[in-house]
Amino acid sequence: MALLKSYLTPDFLIERNKDRCIQCRVCVQQCANEVHYYDDEDGEVYSDEMKCVNCQRCVTLCPTRALVIRSSPNELRKNANWTPEVIRSIYIQAETGGVLLTGMGNDRPYPVYWDHMLLNASQVTNPSIDPLREPMECKTFLGRKPASLVFENGRLKEKIPPQLELDIPVMFSAMSFGSISLNAIKSLARAARQEGTYFNTGEGGLHKELYPYGENCIVQVASGRFGVHSEYLEAGSAVEIKIGQGAKPGIGGHLPGEKVGKEISETRMIPEGTDALSPAPHHDIYSIEDLRQLIFSLKEATGYQKPVGVKIAAVHNVAAIASGIARAGADYIAIDGYRGGTGAAPLRIRDNVGIPVEFALAAVDTRLRNEGIRNEVSLVVAGSIRSSSDVVKAVALGADAVYIASAALLALGCHMCQKCYTGKCNWGIATQDPHLTKRLNPDLGAQRAANLLRGWKHEIQEMLGGMGINALESLRGNRLMLRGIGLTEKELEILGIKAAGE
Amino acid sequence: MKKVYAREEYCTGCGLCQVHCITAHSPYKDNIVKAYKKTFPRPLPRVIVEEQRPVSFALQCRHCEDAPCVKACITGAMQRDPATGVVNNDESRCVGCWTCILVCPHGAVARDERGKKAASKCDMCSGIHEVPACVAGCPNGALEYRGEREKEA
Amino acid sequence: MEYCIVGNSAAAIGAVEGIRKRDKTGRITVVSAEIYHTYSRPLISYYLAGKVKIDKMYYRPLGFYEHNGIRFIGGKPAAALDTKGRKVVLACGDEIPYDRLLVATGGKPFVPAIDGLDKKNIFTFHKLDDVKAIEKALDGRARAIIIGAGLIGMKAAEALSCLGAEVIVVELANRVLSSILDEQAGALVRDVMENHGIRFVFENTVKRVLGEERVTGVELADGNRLECDLLIVAIGVIPNTDLVKNSPVPVNRGIVVNKKMETGLPGIYAAGDVAEGDDAVLGVRRVIPILPNAYRQGEIAGLNMAGDEAAFSGGFAMNAIGFFGYSIATAGVPGGPDYEELAVLDPDERTYRKIVLKNNRLVGFIAMKDINRIGMLTGLIQEGTNVGSFKEKLVKTDFGYLDWPCELRRERVLAGGGL
Repeated sequence: MALLKSYLTPDFLIERNKDRCIQCRVCVQQCANEVHYYDDEDGEVYSDEMKCVNCQRCVTLCPTRALVIRSSPNELRKNANWTPEVIRSIYIQAETGGVLLTGMGNDRPYPVYWDHMLLNASQVTNPSIDPLREPMECKTFLGRKPASLVFENGRLKEKIPPQLELDIPVMFSAMSFGSISLNAIKSLARAARQEGTYFNTGEGGLHKELYPYGENCIVQVASGRFGVHSEYLEAGSAVEIKIGQGAKPGIGGHLPGEKVGKEISETRMIPEGTDALSPAPHHDIYSIEDLRQLIFSLKEATGYQKPVGVKIAAVHNVAAIASGIARAGADYIAIDGYRGGTGAAPLRIRDNVGIPVEFALAAVDTRLRNEGIRNEVSLVVAGSIRSSSDVVKAVALGADAVYIASAALLALGCHMCQKCYTGKCNWGIATQDPHLTKRLNPDLGAQRAANLLRGWKHEIQEMLGGMGINALESLRGNRLMLRGIGLTEKELEILGIKAAGE
Repeated sequence: MKKVYAREEYCTGCGLCQVHCITAHSPYKDNIVKAYKKTFPRPLPRVIVEEQRPVSFALQCRHCEDAPCVKACITGAMQRDPATGVVNNDESRCVGCWTCILVCPHGAVARDERGKKAASKCDMCSGIHEVPACVAGCPNGALEYRGEREKEA
Repeated sequence: MEYCIVGNSAAAIGAVEGIRKRDKTGRITVVSAEIYHTYSRPLISYYLAGKVKIDKMYYRPLGFYEHNGIRFIGGKPAAALDTKGRKVVLACGDEIPYDRLLVATGGKPFVPAIDGLDKKNIFTFHKLDDVKAIEKALDGRARAIIIGAGLIGMKAAEALSCLGAEVIVVELANRVLSSILDEQAGALVRDVMENHGIRFVFENTVKRVLGEERVTGVELADGNRLECDLLIVAIGVIPNTDLVKNSPVPVNRGIVVNKKMETGLPGIYAAGDVAEGDDAVLGVRRVIPILPNAYRQGEIAGLNMAGDEAAFSGGFAMNAIGFFGYSIATAGVPGGPDYEELAVLDPDERTYRKIVLKNNRLVGFIAMKDINRIGMLTGLIQEGTNVGSFKEKLVKTDFGYLDWPCELRRERVLAGGGL
């Protein structure tokens, strides 16, 4: 029997300032959730808050700033244990009997360790550097480095393995065509080209229109093997094997059939309208040895010309796993922390599985150093890098570069409503509805994403200069440049940093 | 001359071009609220938004070089400014015979019958704004203001 | 270069503007039988109805002649043409020499031989002086009879009705505006007019005008009599070819011209309601007495007179007209047995739209009341576009670019050019 009435109440309150509303109906036109509607009889626009996801599209586009959306002031009896979120979740599941779904990254109030680390700056004893007046190198290279450099007749004796060259230690993280729109990917691809960095296909394949951006592309091979063929592997500058994702470690992915239109079908090489199911594991990988086989299969397939990386979610024994991956021949390891975003994930997994990337990075870097193999593999960290200072702290903690995804999408217009999985992204990002995807003009998107990178680069240079460092690579793993604040002894120990004041 | 070009692949159909057009042609050209609430009758939008999802685009007078409306105008109200190339209707001389509507191949002229009858059409915001209000107000770059031979962005 | 233009209306102004695109200095003389600065003939009904004042009737701003370096000779009709001596002889005896001549004398009202037309208060409805005279003759609640329910008669009827006159229109055909409307559309307009108190007598005509010195009524062909204080003859307009009557310039119904608007004699051009140009829809040469056509022909003539090579792409009948706020737009062929017709009628809303096709080409339409964006259809006629794939959409009152095939639409919208 169908349930007659939902016990859910609106999450948000929409306030329409009648003095300002001009009944232009831009909000009506723009809301894919059909929150706003125009009443012909009254000649007025009204709203149905029940449908509102607070994506802020209407608020942003309202020409008279007549709209305010805020959390519903409606309150249940205060209860520190049975919070409104918990109660709401139960109502939803009582109505649907399903898994709670969500999008974007973990939003729980766990500590953000980036915010518990402080950077150093030069005073007197060593001079700081002004990046506006002196050269400041932000370039870095990802890939296996030789243990030592042997010269013969003034030339390097050993051939350096393939490297990815980054003008800024920030890359766009894996987001598939399917989870986000082609216009979103185009925006990132162009921005990556413009700023000398890389975007990542995720496991969505590489759309034919993006082949010209192959030089700035990392192509992913994941458990579903969607869109993987020799031309695809050849098109990218590196190949990345995806084992896990920070938002949903241990589980696979699912692109519902309704999103698999002609373009996605062609790109992923699956029939139109069929669900694209990425299994939780790679069915040919059950050990480090199996992974090594895949790494070398891909190196073989690309003529040992391209770095092959492995992406894993940050989990409890990440350091040992990373060591294994390094030994399996990976050129870089991408570690995705528990705050990493997603187009769709079970809420309970997103919010409760995995560990902070700050700890994972410190642990992996320490382990690889201790084992003397840190040079054999580059480290990329992901999972909620929010600003240039997060980048600098990550590098100081041991990262070669970072991946950003949520930050990149925010640059494109995302307002973090966490409804990516509904396919109704009003910003034209996490949707395949042609009426919505056209809202993201890649000309503007590319400019915004590139601006973000440029802004961060300036800031990174400022921070490096302040520390008296003139090249990014001189900061890598330089944990003396970090101090902890508000951290326990154990946390400081894992991070390998001293407390502020020490 | 510079004209406004629609990029239908990025038009979201929001209608903000019309809001800004109406405002620009009201006595309160910088105040949308007043333009809407204190102008009677409110100017008609001079940009047409056609939408049948997912296709949508905004269209205004193409300011044809060999403008049929100018040639057909029975009063001489519709003229092309030889300096700017803008085709403009002098509403004080227009009698609302709608011959321009009869001949405009783009359907870009509208009837304004609310006061004195007059044809209403895009004037490229001549004398109002440097860049037409619809272009400046488009949130998604779906209207481009560029020379005929300049490449599309 | 010495240019002479006889006439001072749309074709003449078109010619001036055409000439001045190429030749900024040549001497242009404009000769007009009327004394007025160039004005819009179609506005005379608006003037009579009090909807426009004389200063808003000028087709081009005062100063137009000075600005364009024109010698304007007003109020002096041209009487004859000396093609050998290359000069125009005015009625007053003055002579205007020319290297290039444009005959843009327009049309003149057709007045049939009806018994008693010599009485007072009988008018035609063609030029400003006509309506000024009518204005003078009107006093109090006049009763007016109008012969002819064509465009002119109907506009005259509307104007007089607006001024409070009782109006009866006598028409030989069985409906109003029979040259541009079909029966369906005619009935809609008639309904509008009758609701405003105008009466019609169809399939009848005036046999005799009654009255002594002034008109007091008419006797119809069926013997019935109608009383009136005012009679307007609005049967039709014929080309005013008087100027070339005794010259070697070939004349059919109007002056015969080629695509350059040149007559049979080199250096002599004709344009507007006096000329027989190409009808792009019917594929024949004929007089198309409408203002847009006159201007375009005049402009083409002017360009050629100044040494350019411009060709008239052909015109076709088109009219935008309204009565008491009820709008009508028509173009091309109004229909007939040789054509494919698609129509949508809503009698309650008084809307009607009919399109006329031949071989999947649009050749005509009638749009009643809802005429928004109707020019798209005119453009399709003009361009001869194959509309086969979307013809059924052309009758929609909200027809727009969305209804066009995608490729064609993009080309048109993005090209941003004109026709």
